[in-house]
Amino acid sequence: MSAHEQWIAFITILRKEIKRFTRIWVQTLLPPAITMILYFVIFGKLIGSRIGDMGGFSYIEFVAPGLIMMAVITNAYANVSSSFFSAKFQRSIEELLVSPTPNYIILLGYVMGGVARGVAVGLIVTVMSLFFADLHIHHWFTTIFIVFMTSVLFSIAGFINAIYANTFDDVSIIPTFVLTPLTYFGGVFYSINLLPEFWQQISVLNPILHMVNAFRYGMLGISDLNVGMALVGLTLFVVVLFAVALHLLKSGKRLRA
Amino acid sequence: MTPALSLRNLRKVYNESFEALKGISLDVMPGDFFAMLGPNGAGKSTTIGIISSLVRKTSGTVEVFGKNIDTDFSIAKKYLGVVPQEFNFSMFEKVEDIVLQQAGYYGLPRKQALVQTEKYLKQLSLWDKRQTPARMLSGGMKRRLMIARALVHEPQLLILDEPTAGVDIELRRSMWDFLRQINAAGTTIILTTHYLEEAESLCRNVAIIDQGVIVKNTSVKSLLQQLNKEIFIFDVPGNLASLPSLMGHRVAQIDEHSFEVEVDKGQSLNAVFTQLTAQGFEIVSMRNKSNRLEELFVAMVNANKDLAGGAQKEVQA
Repeated sequence: MSAHEQWIAFITILRKEIKRFTRIWVQTLLPPAITMILYFVIFGKLIGSRIGDMGGFSYIEFVAPGLIMMAVITNAYANVSSSFFSAKFQRSIEELLVSPTPNYIILLGYVMGGVARGVAVGLIVTVMSLFFADLHIHHWFTTIFIVFMTSVLFSIAGFINAIYANTFDDVSIIPTFVLTPLTYFGGVFYSINLLPEFWQQISVLNPILHMVNAFRYGMLGISDLNVGMALVGLTLFVVVLFAVALHLLKSGKRLRA
Repeated sequence: MTPALSLRNLRKVYNESFEALKGISLDVMPGDFFAMLGPNGAGKSTTIGIISSLVRKTSGTVEVFGKNIDTDFSIAKKYLGVVPQEFNFSMFEKVEDIVLQQAGYYGLPRKQALVQTEKYLKQLSLWDKRQTPARMLSGGMKRRLMIARALVHEPQLLILDEPTAGVDIELRRSMWDFLRQINAAGTTIILTTHYLEEAESLCRNVAIIDQGVIVKNTSVKSLLQQLNKEIFIFDVPGNLASLPSLMGHRVAQIDEHSFEVEVDKGQSLNAVFTQLTAQGFEIVSMRNKSNRLEELFVAMVNANKDLAGGAQKEVQA
């Protein structure tokens, strides 16, 4: 395939993915908006007003970046894992596998579909948060880079999950038992400086903490950890996971008999 | 001339235990209408799966118009259109989107993809349904959708895995006409089918696969020439009191109104009628007992089973 034909194939997958999550917007775009409003009302307004400042910002301003990142992570992951698994389940993935579309284009198409939903939901949640908090962007590059790379990372992770999944239950296991706990313990609702020394050291091993922290730095300009390390680490994670997903796709694992 | 499809020593072993294909070799020439016949589990779908890269081969080579599917996969795949046995499209997407997307996966620019999608949806009488989600289509429409999808990039080799399975007679005939048309326009067609009448009616050449080996690879015409007997069924008015006695023919009763007569190929039926008339039998209708190819097919598959059974016994001994 020429570069132009590969581009057409990529755009076709991306268009299909965007069409899919916008067609079922009641399941994909509306729930995070509702959930985040509830978070803002309960944790931000009702409980937050009693907590006071955190890191020099009101509690609602402190949690807003974390909540946006939480929405980006879960939606990027869910989009690719559910879309790719249902393509596998309905066998419509064979449409792509019999075509000359190279494996890396298939992977990029699905991943960018996940990024599109992650970023779209991130924007919706950001707009919602403006009704509750006065947000500014402290560092544009860090903010955009972290949102983009985080959604890329979790889209690839969702893709790998979908390759290994045999049932719809397998698609929900990782978000429920891995992603949600890591996100909740990833500094969305608190600064790790509030934790005892031992738990601070344990928390540092949680990659989501670094992403949330770096994003909060991008928006508020405050950080508990080294932001540069987070940017480099995130890039490395993306490269490694992309290589793993591509290898799985090439090997045909769970896709070709 | 470079074959449209060339298979060499194709083997497939599932789970390191079951050998589905035992080194088959086959050439299909450009412009051919080729049938791949075989009982369930013979290896037909595995062969098609390997050609379309949905099944990983254990060894051997596959070339499509001289392009190796491993080393020149991009070009080889462009030559190829595949209509699988099972529905394999998203049931939630619209008919037009399914075909358009497939065009995109082959790198067709949007404008050209729209034109070709319209062309094939119209040819397969699905244009009116273009905005309908695939799940709302009837079984026959879904099958036609898969054909439109396989043709949208205008492949030179079209492979259909049991395309008319579960399709009513009228639709089957119209699909045959359509396949004849695209074959006449230059597309090489390979189909697997259980309907031997389909192979006899459509195809020029045939390969019979059984237990992972090609039992026979020849033209339909020469295959049919091997058939040296035909069976005719005669219907009589009222009840059949006794069977006629026909010199040189095997006669057997079918039911109380009909009997069958075995006739050597090329033998005149006049003698049969003369004897029937002399014995006072009135015949109201006559027909062929079964599809001719089916008889050969059954005979060959049985012969192969006997051969395999013998080999098995030898190994066990």
